[in-house]
Amino acid sequence: MTDAKPVPKHVLHADDVRRALTRIAHEIIERNRGLDGVVLVGLQRGGVWLADALGAEIGRIEHAVPVGAIDVALYRDDIGMRPVAPSGRSELPGSIDGATVVLVDDVLYTGRTVRAALDALADYGRPKSVQLAVLVDRGHRELPIRPDYVGKNLPTSVAETVSATADGVVIS
Amino acid sequence: MKHLRSIAEIGADAVLRILDLTDHMVEVNQRPNPKVPALRGRTVCNLFFEDSTRTRLSFETAAKRLSADVMTFTVKDSSVNKGESLRDTIETIAAMGVDAFVIRHKSSGVPWQVSNWTTASIVNGGDGWHAHPTQALIDAYTVRHALGRTGGLDGVRVAIVGDIRHSRVARSNIEVFTALGADVTLVAPPTLLPPTPLAPSTADLDSVIGDIDVLYLLRMQTERIHDAVIPSIREYSTRFALTPERARRLGDHVLVMHPGPMNRGVEIMVDPAEIPGAMITKQVANGVAVRMAVLFDLLASSDALLAGVGVDGEASA
Repeated sequence: MTDAKPVPKHVLHADDVRRALTRIAHEIIERNRGLDGVVLVGLQRGGVWLADALGAEIGRIEHAVPVGAIDVALYRDDIGMRPVAPSGRSELPGSIDGATVVLVDDVLYTGRTVRAALDALADYGRPKSVQLAVLVDRGHRELPIRPDYVGKNLPTSVAETVSATADGVVIS
Repeated sequence: MKHLRSIAEIGADAVLRILDLTDHMVEVNQRPNPKVPALRGRTVCNLFFEDSTRTRLSFETAAKRLSADVMTFTVKDSSVNKGESLRDTIETIAAMGVDAFVIRHKSSGVPWQVSNWTTASIVNGGDGWHAHPTQALIDAYTVRHALGRTGGLDGVRVAIVGDIRHSRVARSNIEVFTALGADVTLVAPPTLLPPTPLAPSTADLDSVIGDIDVLYLLRMQTERIHDAVIPSIREYSTRFALTPERARRLGDHVLVMHPGPMNRGVEIMVDPAEIPGAMITKQVANGVAVRMAVLFDLLASSDALLAGVGVDGEASA
């Protein structure tokens, strides 16, 4: 092979993902003593399964919290620079006024999706605070955004792609 | 998608994409603050050479809910030199910086002509007897939502009743329902059918009424009497209107639709409020969401828009 394609590299396996989720669930509970007013909101599409899994884990450890989803396509800052289309429905579990919203996404990269999500959230209400949980932080931030809960910090190059599912995290 | 000038031109895939996008816009419209920043900085110009308050307001609202700037011109088309003045109008407005024109005109084909004179996207808001694609998308969305479907409309039986020949709504609806896999039957007197058959047709409404899922009534233009294509309105109503007797024969599952404004006592002789499957107000309500989806698809999702712009495909952030 002359034009070497990167070989897909498994950096986290299903067990690692499960353990990371359990740890993040504990951290969310610890930091928000009693989980009062905590709402998990997964970012469409990659963050939704993660929010569901985190919600299940938190429910197992402490008690159930509301879980929702939000699609940020209509708030992106690159509309017109590339084709943008919503990928899933926005469904927030009731009002978020005064709630502690934990945004959940699979991979944190430039931070632009999170910025769009903050704008989108503001259209639904005024949360007391917003926190960010991600399974993988791959670096290369372009905005002043940092996660509150991280499954794994993963140094990557811009040329690589990262996919994160319940089965594991793969760099290719 | 660069333009929405007819359903036939965009094809079934684009229709499905817009219907899916409409679901998102419906969600936006249900919020306390039904507005998103998606089309900030874009300008949409509504050019209505034929007035239609409801269509114009619907497009205006759609553009505003996406945060686009809106210019609206209602032009009285009195010039003898129509072609020339139309071109002047378009070029003048385009020079102000317009990303999309929504055009309604009494002559068929105007949206195609206009796209030769500007690089902006063109949305056909109704051209002559030819096409009214956003109305067709609204109707397709309304049916799909009412039936709880997610894909196309395979096997759905649609009867379109009335003046097919002079109706751009009928033409575009035949295209959209056929593209989505529905079975379309046209019901009209032979004088009100187009010279080239567009779908199977009959002049006997009673023979199909027990066998359909959607009854689509067209507006009967009373001035057609003068063209001598129907003997009298009463005769038309007896044979083609939704009468109380026919309404009783409709199953409760049958959706009854009308593009508005209705001629009560002509094509519809019952109160739509008493028909379980009446979709007429739903059609109007869905109008804004569908037009938001169309504008967003043209101005934000289009691949054509990005020709020559090098962007990496990385979406995750």
